Amino acid sequence: MSELADAFVTALKLIFTGDPEVWEIAARTLAISCSATFFAALISIPIACLIHFNHFKGKGTLISILQTFYAIPTVLVGLLVFIIFSRAGPLGGLGILFTPQVMVIGQVVLISPLMTGLTVSALSGVRPEIRDTAVSLGAGRFQMARTVLVEAKYATLTAVLIGFGRAISEVGLAIMVGGNIRGFTRTLTTAMSLETSMGNIELSMALGIILLSLALIVIIIPSWIQQRSSRVQQR
Amino acid sequence: MLLEVNELCQRFGNSDILKDINLEVERGETFVIVGPTGSGKSTLLRLIGLLDKPASGTIRFGGREVPDSERARLELRRRIAIVFQRPAVFNTTVYDNVAYGLRIRSEKGASLRNKVARALETVGLSGYEKRNAQTLSGGETQRVALARAMVFEPELLLLDEPTANLDPLSISNVERLISQIIRDLDTTIIMSTHDMFQGQRLADRIGVMISGEMLQTGDPREIFSRPQSRSLAEFVGIENILRGVIASNEDGIVTIDTDGIPLEAISNLDPGSEVYACIRPEEVILAPAKDLTSARNTFPGEVSHIVLFGPLARVEIDCGFPLVALITKKSAEEMGLQTGSRTYAYFKATGVHIIER
Repeated sequence: MSELADAFVTALKLIFTGDPEVWEIAARTLAISCSATFFAALISIPIACLIHFNHFKGKGTLISILQTFYAIPTVLVGLLVFIIFSRAGPLGGLGILFTPQVMVIGQVVLISPLMTGLTVSALSGVRPEIRDTAVSLGAGRFQMARTVLVEAKYATLTAVLIGFGRAISEVGLAIMVGGNIRGFTRTLTTAMSLETSMGNIELSMALGIILLSLALIVIIIPSWIQQRSSRVQQR
Repeated sequence: MLLEVNELCQRFGNSDILKDINLEVERGETFVIVGPTGSGKSTLLRLIGLLDKPASGTIRFGGREVPDSERARLELRRRIAIVFQRPAVFNTTVYDNVAYGLRIRSEKGASLRNKVARALETVGLSGYEKRNAQTLSGGETQRVALARAMVFEPELLLLDEPTANLDPLSISNVERLISQIIRDLDTTIIMSTHDMFQGQRLADRIGVMISGEMLQTGDPREIFSRPQSRSLAEFVGIENILRGVIASNEDGIVTIDTDGIPLEAISNLDPGSEVYACIRPEEVILAPAKDLTSARNTFPGEVSHIVLFGPLARVEIDCGFPLVALITKKSAEEMGLQTGSRTYAYFKATGVHIIER
């Protein structure tokens, strides 16, 4: 037990003395996951609108397929991206395997179905009267969609954050297509996995605390904004 | 003619919600569709507001048939505004809610601010600009919805049961507001309500809709006193409806045989015509003894039930057929009427409205 406590103290020291490697890994992780979340949101939100606001055959099936992808193993996406970007693969010519760029692409593939599906749910959660009201006041299709999306802003933000949470916490994909290259593609999760297997529990734990704190901050800030804005509204 | 509706039908699944609706509304007119809940009023307003497409039939707006293409419909739709029965407000300030229609129409700056301010003043919500619209009461929400709809000065304003979910005080406020809009704006208004009296108070013309059919359109007073069908008679509150056959016609005074009981009424129908005789409860006079009066119909009977409401008493009399009379509570007290009392019921031949079966 005391060994564990010692490890914890060492971990805190590593964090607060500003160990360059720890902070470099943390910054890279954040950069990769934030980029992936940004691009995934850019793709997912318009697609979710297209799905939600149109009636077409197989809509229910499409949503079910999206929901199946919520639980897709990260290693499976890793394998797929690896095959596509490996030298012999269709996009092998780009030569970006084992770079942060391909990790972003992989994470976008991983979290887009999740974000799309949850955004569709978010839009469905808006009362149909809002849509009718927008249309009855003269909104065109695009304006109506924007209005409904604004009404669903908190639920949509949650969808984006859950996507971010999945991106920052996954390890299988990052190792397979990033390769855990020190100073280049190493992230908090891949580093933890490596350091733990090498017996560097203190370092692993420091990385784990940072990972948890990042996740916590990213989840807390929006709900704080939401609470604040609803307080303002009540005035 | 601003609006012409021809043979309009709407179906959901296997049920006909609207059956061959024909309707014409003049520019500047206030037309009120009156009908019970579920009669298809909202469905009709959604079609007129171009929110839905009909199963068949045509709508002409401003003399031009409503086109099929979404772009052209949008252009027409921007000249119409709808206020729904349960208005939804956007989760933002009152100001932004009211400004919505103007912003959609690319209005900005001082002109937008002035129009919003004027609309809020009209509905009595000046000073509410920064409040979140979702924190308002039902009556206030309804007023925001009205301001939001009239702010862009639509040519046609559709109001779907604007007072259906409000308390009595809010109802009279919203009604007063609608009268004011009718007076101040020269907008054409089509409004639906289940309240016949509200229709009478606000309308230039009324259309009564029951079970998806527009049964009668016309002057409110005429519909009220001379309904053209039995269901309409029931809807406008005529409680005494007797089935009968015209037995004779002497110079316009007919005798109607209702299950062996003769009634006299004014009609030009020939003997043998099958009719309903409708007598408004307020046309029935009660007296303790048989007097000689000018009333052509006199029936002895026994009071079977009395209900008091406000200054009035609703008296049910068994005269061999059930007859309902509406008299003042004071009269009922002075005559000592109670269940089991003997009384005479009188009504004039002109108090009987005849509907052909």
